[in-house]
Order: sequence, then C-alpha cells, then structure tokens
Amino acid sequence: MFTTLRRIIRSGFISFWRNGVVSAASVLVMTVTLFTLGTTIFLGALLHSSLEYLKEKVDVNIYFVTTASEDEIMGVKTALDTLPEVAETVYTSRDQALEDFKKRHENDYTTLQALEELDDNPLGASVSVRAKETSQYESIARYLEDHGMAGGSEGSIVESVNFYQNKTAIEKLNGIIDGMDKISFVVTVFLVVISVLITFNTVRLAIYTAREEIAIMRLVGADNIFIRGPFIVEGILYGVFAAIMTLLALYPVTKWLGDETERFFGTMNIFEYYMQNFWQILFIIAGAGIVLGILSSFLAVRRYLRV
Amino acid sequence: MIRFDNVSKEYRDNGNSITNALYDITLGVEQGEFVSIVGHSGAGKTTLLKMLLAEESPSTGTVFFEEVDIHGLSNKEIPQLRRRIGTVFQDFKLLPNKTAYENIAFAMEAAGRSDEEIAADVPQALELVDLGDKVWNFPHQLSGGERQRIAIARAIINQPDLLIADEPTGNLDPLNTQDIIDVLRKINELGTTILLTTHNKGVIDNLGRRVITMEGGRIIRDDKHGRYVL
Repeated sequence: MFTTLRRIIRSGFISFWRNGVVSAASVLVMTVTLFTLGTTIFLGALLHSSLEYLKEKVDVNIYFVTTASEDEIMGVKTALDTLPEVAETVYTSRDQALEDFKKRHENDYTTLQALEELDDNPLGASVSVRAKETSQYESIARYLEDHGMAGGSEGSIVESVNFYQNKTAIEKLNGIIDGMDKISFVVTVFLVVISVLITFNTVRLAIYTAREEIAIMRLVGADNIFIRGPFIVEGILYGVFAAIMTLLALYPVTKWLGDETERFFGTMNIFEYYMQNFWQILFIIAGAGIVLGILSSFLAVRRYLRV
Repeated sequence: MIRFDNVSKEYRDNGNSITNALYDITLGVEQGEFVSIVGHSGAGKTTLLKMLLAEESPSTGTVFFEEVDIHGLSNKEIPQLRRRIGTVFQDFKLLPNKTAYENIAFAMEAAGRSDEEIAADVPQALELVDLGDKVWNFPHQLSGGERQRIAIARAIINQPDLLIADEPTGNLDPLNTQDIIDVLRKINELGTTILLTTHNKGVIDNLGRRVITMEGGRIIRDDKHGRYVL
C-alpha cells in the first residue's frame, strides 16, 4: 500500500515535469481562477468595511427640552440601553452641547456674539442612539413613540427626535446595503463558476492528450487507482503552483492599490488587509486550488477508465 | 488453457444492420503452443484476441482462460487477468513520456512487484531483447524495431502464461521482423504460450507451427503444422 502510494506520487511528479508545456498552461489557467477568487475576497472585504463605516455614521438623536433634568434623561438612556436593538447610546450634556456648538462656529463671529447676548444656555441635552443594524432604527423610533418620547407633545421632556428627518436617508442606505450584498454575491458566484469551468476544461484537455496512455496502462494490467493516482497528484501540483503564483501576484497588486483604496474608501487598506489575513487567504486560495485540481483530474480520468 | 465455446460477436450499426465479426467460433489452445492466426483484414483475428483481454465481450458463447470465464470477471479482477497475459501490438503501445526502463518497470509496478525485483528483472529483460544500452531512451528516440523489442520485454516481464502478439511485425523491415520472431520463438521455448497474428507469409512458413486461418468471422482451416494459405 505504502509502495503503491510512493510510486503514484513519484509518477505524478515525473509526468508533471515531463509534460512541462501542458503543466505550465494548466497552472496558468488555474492561477487566473485563483486570482479571481482572491479578488472577490478583497472586494468583499472592501464592500463590507465601507458599509460598516457608513452604518456607523448613521444614528438617531433624541433632543431634550432645556428644562429636562439629568436624572430624567439618564432614565431614558438606561431604558434605551436595555433594548436588544441598541448597540450604543451616548449622552451629551447641555454644557457639552454648548462647547460643541462654540467649537463648530468658532469662525462665525456673529453667531457667537448672539450666543453671548443670551443669559442662559439655549441648547438642550441629547442622547444619540446607534442600532446594531440600520434596519432597526424604525423599531427604536416606534419604541420612543409608544413611550411618549417622540417629541413635540405637551409636557414631554423630549423636544425632537431626528429619526423622522433621517428616515428617508436611512431607508435608502438600507436599500443600498441589501442591493450591494446581493450584487456582490451574484458577481462572485458568476466569476467563480466561470473560472472553475475554464480550469476544468483545461485539465480535461490535458488528460485528453493522455487517453492513449490510459488505454495502454489498462492493457498492461494497471488497476484504476494506479492509473488515476498520478493524474490526481498532477492536479494537486497544478493547484499548489497556481496558489503560490496567485499569492505572489497579489502582493504587488495589493501594495500598489493599497494607498488608493485607503484614500478612496477611507476605511481600509487592502495591502494591510492582505498582510493581516495572509494565512487565512493562503488557506482559502491553496485549498481551493488543490480541491479544484483533484476534482478536475478525478472527473476527467474517469471518462477513459471504463473497461 | 484457452477455450472458445461457440463464440459469436455482432456489432449493431444504427440499430438495424448487424455485422458479424465472429461467427460460432469453437477453439482450444494448449499450454506451450505457438499458434498463428492468419486471414484478411476484418476476418475477426483482432476481435478474437481482444476477447482474451476482456476488451470485447462475446454476444453469445463463453471464453475460458484456465477454467476462468473471462467475461464473468468483475472490473476489479480484469487487471489481474491482464497481468497474466503479455501483449505486443503493431503500433507498439509504449508510454511516450516514460523511458525504455520505466515502460518495462511500469508493468511490474502495476502488478505490485517490489523495488528489488524491478531493479533485478528490468535490466535482464532489456538484455534479453538486446537493448541493454538504450535503457534511458524515450520511445521517440528509438527505431521501430527497438520499440517493438521494448514492448516485448514489457510483455514478458511478469512471466505471463500467454503472450498475445497482434501483427507485431506489421511496421517493421524484414531484418527486424526476423529478430522479433526469433525473440518470440525463444520466449515460447521457455514455456510461454504464444498467439500471433500476421500477414507475413514468410514468417508463417518458416515457423512451421499451428496455423488457424480465418475468413468472414469463421475459422476455415486449423492445421497442426500449417502454411500460409489464403
């Protein structure tokens, strides 16, 4: 058994080497496939981080009337914190709001002067709420409404909730996120299927040229494992070499695009992403290459093995 | 050793017209015989040989190899049968990407022989066919006669009980033809049964052994010490 395995592996290596041109062509085609796969990994990560970034920008602010006491506001904040949809709430006190306002308008002299004229701080405190998913703002807003905190009503401590102004923007963003997810999924599947089919055909063509040899091997009395084995070893070698070439090619490409992506998306640098997730990406690419090689060889040889 | 019992083979084209490749063949071959099969192309010689290798199955009748019904063998048992039968063909059927040595060694590896046996037997077989100096050549670097001798060395390496030679001299010049026949005769003297098909009148007449003549899928003559008559 061990001898057979050793012979199969050696024979696979020898024919990989001796069929140099065919092997090189197969490796090259598989490299394109794996590179496509790698690209979809990076695109997915980029899309994901951009969407995360956008989601973080979305929040709902509850503005309180100036007469609301800090205890009352904290009561609302604590109530919101217990909601399962809420990821985070941030309290901004009246003084803090005034500070922020001054800072924002530090070059706007007239506004600052108008502020000076007032005896009291005109700004109310606020609580900003961030949901775990952008689709959950709707239910948070409904919660506020149910508890008389939608704003505007008589005697309420809430002055206003800006969800109603942000509503359309949030809904639109939700649509975009959904759409992008679907599109990127379809594109990924499409690209991967096409490149897998091309690899498949290339390996089949490589083995088609060996069909005479397979017939001879059968005639000499070789059993199926002994015939098929070396082709599967060759398939594994295609996968390994293609994976190495892909990982090498990704290095300069991501390095070159790294700064560009960081500038454009403002969220992540794909070169850093590549370096940080190198082993994971290596595992995916090499795994896909080897599985693809084994599967292509296995199915291609099967055609010529019928006795 | 070999027995064909009322074997017929029909090929069906487009479901309608039926071609009879073999018609009610009954034939026995004893251990150690050297049997030549002659006949025009399409007489059914090759079909007959393919049945022994389980490459073709009969439409009716049975083929026995040492009391084993060849066509009752499972797909797993067929390689084992083939290891007991050496084959030599007109077009040599060598593995193009393997050297002379590796081609012969392959048959031994396929049969599960040990590395020591391979290292000992292959050079011996190459010496026997007088190609000890072409061990590391690939088939395309060898002449027709040399290739055929490699094929013979491969065919006998596992000490088969039967050697099938299907027009082994079809692509060779008279000198090489004589060499190949001499080698086959030597192998037969060592006890291996040989089934030879050929169109070469001189070869048959010189052998002076059993000759089976076929025509249109039937055996029309079977002579103990035959001549090439067509």
